[in-house]
Amino acid sequence: MTTRHPDSSVLDTGGTRPAAATRHTDDATWTTQRPALRARKTAAGRRRRMWNALAVVLALIWAFPVYWMVNSSFLPFNRIRNPDPTFIPLGGTLSAYERVFDSDFLASLRTSLMVTLITVAAALLFAFLAALALSRFRFRGRRTFVLAVLVIQMIPAEGLFISQFKLLEGWQLLNSVVGLSLLYIAAVVPFTIWMLRGFVAGVPRDLEEAALVDGCSRAQAFFRITFPLLAPGLVASGVYAFLQAWNEFTLALVIMTRPENMTLPLWLRTFTDANRASDWAGIMAGSALIAIPVIVFFLFVQNRMTSGLVSGAVKG
Amino acid sequence: MTPPVTVHGGRREDPGPSTAARRRTASRRKGRRSGRRTMPYVLLVPALAVLLAALGYPLFRQAVMSFQEYGLAQQFGQPPEWVGVDNYTRLLSDSYLWTVIARSIAFCLLVAATTMVIGTALAVLMTVVSRGVRLALQISLLLAWAMPHLASLTVWQWLFDAQYGIVNWLLTSIGLDGFAGHSWLIEPLSFFIVAGVVVVWMSVPFVAFAVYAGLMQVPVELEEAAAIDGASARARFRLITVPLVKPVLLIVGLLQIIWDLKVFTQIFVLQDAGGVTRETNLIGTYIYRLGLGEGQFGLAAAASWFVLLITVGLSLYYVRVLIRDDEELTR
Repeated sequence: MTTRHPDSSVLDTGGTRPAAATRHTDDATWTTQRPALRARKTAAGRRRRMWNALAVVLALIWAFPVYWMVNSSFLPFNRIRNPDPTFIPLGGTLSAYERVFDSDFLASLRTSLMVTLITVAAALLFAFLAALALSRFRFRGRRTFVLAVLVIQMIPAEGLFISQFKLLEGWQLLNSVVGLSLLYIAAVVPFTIWMLRGFVAGVPRDLEEAALVDGCSRAQAFFRITFPLLAPGLVASGVYAFLQAWNEFTLALVIMTRPENMTLPLWLRTFTDANRASDWAGIMAGSALIAIPVIVFFLFVQNRMTSGLVSGAVKG
Repeated sequence: MTPPVTVHGGRREDPGPSTAARRRTASRRKGRRSGRRTMPYVLLVPALAVLLAALGYPLFRQAVMSFQEYGLAQQFGQPPEWVGVDNYTRLLSDSYLWTVIARSIAFCLLVAATTMVIGTALAVLMTVVSRGVRLALQISLLLAWAMPHLASLTVWQWLFDAQYGIVNWLLTSIGLDGFAGHSWLIEPLSFFIVAGVVVVWMSVPFVAFAVYAGLMQVPVELEEAAAIDGASARARFRLITVPLVKPVLLIVGLLQIIWDLKVFTQIFVLQDAGGVTRETNLIGTYIYRLGLGEGQFGLAAAASWFVLLITVGLSLYYVRVLIRDDEELTR
């Protein structure tokens, strides 16, 4: 800086704005150095092409496992058990998917759907009520509760499952959808409260009060004014709860010990172990069936998820 | 923080002559006031009940169990015996636990560091590439992020399959013939390489998106002003971008450490697929096998508490930052 503007400190007197002076000299230097600038521009273009190429390579690497899953799921036995891999499933077959449906897949799908639905519904309701309490009222114990909600998120699930197993065992809830859902609700409620609280606090109270003045009842004001404004928050936290319950493996492994009560991740694990030596196409078809609904869902709401996660969890 | 205030808090009832009508309105007002006061607690009841039942009670139970002899005999009805801190001393004097803890910490730090470096590099890369390329990169990162853990673990097992896996095919086709039919999971070191690759692949997208969001918040005017003042690109990055993105980096890094320390599913599933359990246990799988595998619930509970304390100790910083944010939010 000092070499390019040796006079800038001299110009910094009286009412003269140093910034304006700086910019002026800057323009002057640039006009005199036009050819150099153009050279720099093409260099920048070359560098940008290089970065683009690198980014494309990295994108391909990151997406490759997902592509390979879909690709392998369409291959017949003789092509998948071949020392030379097939990169594009031309002339593929759906028989792997048939084999998946012939296993316990549908029963596990039903268990997973039930657990997920109960978890999403209960977690949303409970968290919404709690978020209302936290952002609309001031009361003794509020701070403690917020603190507890945060600390709970730190607890490693793996450090608790021993006594959660004992708990459900005592209540005769092992191997039951209700028992597993109970644990899932408790696992997602803290973060859901955290996320929703921000959304509830974002709806101005005056809006509700204006509706009250205009003759709405409290309930009407809530359902007509506040609720629609909260919809995006509810969707985002609902998706969060859905993903957690749909993907969870550890607790399901501990709680659902009987084969007829498996959730989808447990089913996939058993199916993989049984067919590892013989049927990778079937295993990939099973993985794809579990993954694709989630991926579609995720891509659909990803904007909200990222902003929710970033503002909720990593607000610097 | 302000002391708890209710809407009618502090206002005194007018102590005038008490006619019947007056008393009625007074009692109604009082009723509404106490309703206002109990309302938040009523709203909290469902969430609180679930948390207490499914987290609070097990936590307490676990604390109790860690001071008891609680093995298979107790599982079948024998009353548990109080043994004081026996479980803890037994654990802490067992060199295997320390091996597992050291292994977990080493794995966690290596994987978290790799994830942070790659994630941050990808975030910076997103800011310099053209728009179409950026979109492609973001979509493929989202694909990896959205994959259910079990599904991606299964796919990675297929990629690393000894006989028909694409990784071995790739390595042999570039001339490394030793990898023909190489089984990745038997050797502990290559087991952890596979586990590390899988964990990094899964966790990089979150880091990349969080850091990218942080980079986007750096005001353009600031960069421009510095450029006009003659700061080089590298100086601008070091003096403007890094300080502004640092809080995001710190929190994301801490989350990675917490998550990687309690990694369970990846290790457990890969052990299933052919790893040697004793040589590849990390903290999570160790506790699982101790408790549900060997039926040593007392010991496992003590180990869990130990891990809890480590994690909470690590997270205190994170909690402090979040609390500070919270106070700004509700001020």
